[in-house]
Amino acid sequence: MTQHIKGEVVMSARQVTKTYGAVQALKSVHFDIHRGQVTTLFGENGAGKSTLMKILSGVIRPSSGEIVLDGQPISFADANHARACGVSIIHQELSLAPNLSVRDNIFMGREITGPAGVNFAAEEAEVRRLMAELEEEIDPLTPVEELRLGQQQIVEIARALSVDSRILIMDEPTSALSAAEVEVLFKVIRDLTAKGVSIVYISHHLEEALTITDHAVVLRDGAMTAYAPRAEIDLEWIVRNMVGENYDLGSPPEGYDFGDVALSLRGLTVPDPKGAGYNVVDDLSLDLRAGEVVCIYGLMGAGRTELLETAAGRLRASAGEVVLEGREISHLSIADRIARGLALVPEDRQRDGLVQTMSVGQNLSLASIASFTKGLFTSRKAEQALIDDSIRKVTVKTAGGGAAIGSLSGGNQQKVVIGKMLATDPRVILLDEPSRGIDIGAKAEVFKLLAERARQGLAVVYTTSEVSECLSIAHRIIVMHKGRISAEFPATASKEQIMAASGEAVAA
Amino acid sequence: MSATPVSHAAPPKRAFSLGRFLLEGRAFFALIAIIVVFSALSPNYLTVSNFLIMASHVAIYGLLAIGMLLVILNGGIDLSVGSVLALCGVIAGALMQGVELPFAGVILYPPVWAVVVLTCVVGAAVGAVNGVLIAWFKVPAFVATLGVMYVARGVALLMTNGLTYNNLSGRAELGNTGFDWLGFNRLAGVPISVLVLALVAVLAGVMLQRAAFGRWLYASGGNERAADLSGVPVKRVKITVYVLSGVLAALAGLVLSSQLTSAGPTAGTTYELTAIAAVVIGGAALTGGRGTVRGTMLGAFVIGFLSDGLVIIGVSSYWQTVFTGAVIVLAVLMNSIQYGATARRG
Repeated sequence: MTQHIKGEVVMSARQVTKTYGAVQALKSVHFDIHRGQVTTLFGENGAGKSTLMKILSGVIRPSSGEIVLDGQPISFADANHARACGVSIIHQELSLAPNLSVRDNIFMGREITGPAGVNFAAEEAEVRRLMAELEEEIDPLTPVEELRLGQQQIVEIARALSVDSRILIMDEPTSALSAAEVEVLFKVIRDLTAKGVSIVYISHHLEEALTITDHAVVLRDGAMTAYAPRAEIDLEWIVRNMVGENYDLGSPPEGYDFGDVALSLRGLTVPDPKGAGYNVVDDLSLDLRAGEVVCIYGLMGAGRTELLETAAGRLRASAGEVVLEGREISHLSIADRIARGLALVPEDRQRDGLVQTMSVGQNLSLASIASFTKGLFTSRKAEQALIDDSIRKVTVKTAGGGAAIGSLSGGNQQKVVIGKMLATDPRVILLDEPSRGIDIGAKAEVFKLLAERARQGLAVVYTTSEVSECLSIAHRIIVMHKGRISAEFPATASKEQIMAASGEAVAA
Repeated sequence: MSATPVSHAAPPKRAFSLGRFLLEGRAFFALIAIIVVFSALSPNYLTVSNFLIMASHVAIYGLLAIGMLLVILNGGIDLSVGSVLALCGVIAGALMQGVELPFAGVILYPPVWAVVVLTCVVGAAVGAVNGVLIAWFKVPAFVATLGVMYVARGVALLMTNGLTYNNLSGRAELGNTGFDWLGFNRLAGVPISVLVLALVAVLAGVMLQRAAFGRWLYASGGNERAADLSGVPVKRVKITVYVLSGVLAALAGLVLSSQLTSAGPTAGTTYELTAIAAVVIGGAALTGGRGTVRGTMLGAFVIGFLSDGLVIIGVSSYWQTVFTGAVIVLAVLMNSIQYGATARRG
């Protein structure tokens, strides 16, 4: 390998723009990746990080602008071409086959073959060499499913190194790791950069990323708002550039008194649904009054989703009670809870929220079929009235109730999921990351809608992993960390206070 | 992913496209084509009496196919229907022979209506076993119904020791005559079996389009998790479709043994595959959530009219198998073109 000077530019994005139909996912993004250094992409959900990452790794091609590799403009045909040029990506969801051994995973698809078939010995020796290089004690013959998540990530890194990757793109590598595993990963990253490997790092975890990065690229709504070396930046600078100065998601609705306690969670404990043996929600208690808006903030894995799903009836608690308007409902089914006025808008709208084979209208009416069923049959007229009413109330932009659900934009699909649950006329609505993957305009509309309904007496709980969204319509901000409430703030709290309580500072 | 292209909200009236029209009505056009081709090849094909005979053959597959459609809409599969058909036929045959109660020293000859009801109850019970295995014990539908397929066939063979009940007509002095009514009689010239099929098809169609249960079924087949979180009783829906499939298999078993005036334990072998083929030709998606009774009926008639047509023009039965297979492959290909295009537009 030729010796290169550390810090020399190896790859750059030149005015990279990506458009999907009329939407600009990336607007003229322009930055350099330096040899042996870490460049971090910061930005909120939907800011364009994943689009940029896919362009850098050859999965998609830019609409205009170009990628320059070693001073030469290059157009990757696909991810394999990029990998052959030394650019590898490690996705947040690891792409390992859990049933195969470490050795077989690393050489998956490009086995070393000899006259007698696969040369397992040569593969094994190579894996041992890679692991020694990474200073990790992982046996090449261990099935991947027996490894901890942090070790699986090391296997992914080893696989990238085994094809002589010079540029390694890592998407949210620490999101599911323990603090100790993060330390190990950061040590590996430092070793790699010392050997001249460049890292492109993506993280929601701002403070953690700041400890490892050399350069910061900040994206907002597809545009690059800032690009600076580590020495010139701090946390506050990143947040300011990420969310912008005039970023208004509304304010808590005022001018009315809260009603009685609508939802009360008492000592709720939920074991890990995958059977990992610990509690994802740990003895958590929370009271929510009619008309109140509560935001739950926390990192991925803090237990927010499990908390809401337990309240809604999908997961079973091992201890504790869910009390809705004074009645214990822990034993009720999801359907009965909806009938009593407790609705959940799930986090993943494609997987848990929408039925893709049904129309916009049928999705909107799905949770309230009983309300337009008379005797044995549904009433088309009553259903159409409900659909039209919902489309108007949640302002879905659609050609009509009969349109295919896939014809809507992400923000409008989210409004359909919210509209579906609001149509059940709930007393309490739980929204799990309602702003995920929708644009700023739609976010503001969703929050406005929720604020209006709260004013009419609806109790609202929403979760978020964006601090700025806590400080919008919530009367009260609850921070979750490892299944417990680690802090509670009034609407006047600062971003730094909230982030500090979420464990972001603890892990760093 | 997050970057969803902006929706050019589909215009309510799309420009007429011949390709699309032919694609969406493919089962109907295939049926027309079959009728036209065989009418040209044989003068005996296009006659009212032949159509009614062919329709009474279709009735068996049609009943099974409607049950299969419900299961497939739910995202499942029911391989046991052919065996359940045989088991129920044998049970009906056994009941017609009389049930001996040794402790009371009498032989009971239940009337035909009681035979029909008891047989349907058995079909429902087998379906319930399927449904409970799949919904509560999370056994994959393919495996659960495969197992039940073998068990039901085995029980049918055990009950008769491999033999066939040939005397199903009953005796006037015992008051149990009339079993052949289902298979032989006609109302206003139309075979009873065809009327039964029409009635079941209409009921199933209305249920799917207008009853809450129909909506639950489409929703839980399209996305079970989303349906569950929207308050749809997904487990109940699942068990119900297998029960209905079992009942319809029992009904098909009654019609078949009535038509043949015999009930054998090997009847209906591979009929489950014919039923699946009818559903697929009718445009339903094997992944669930998409399909109609009208399409499935067209699918059943395509298969029935094609194979009877080949018999009439004297083509070897080996070729019939080849043709039927080709039609199925073509149908699945068309389905993936249709639904693939829908997905890409989204």
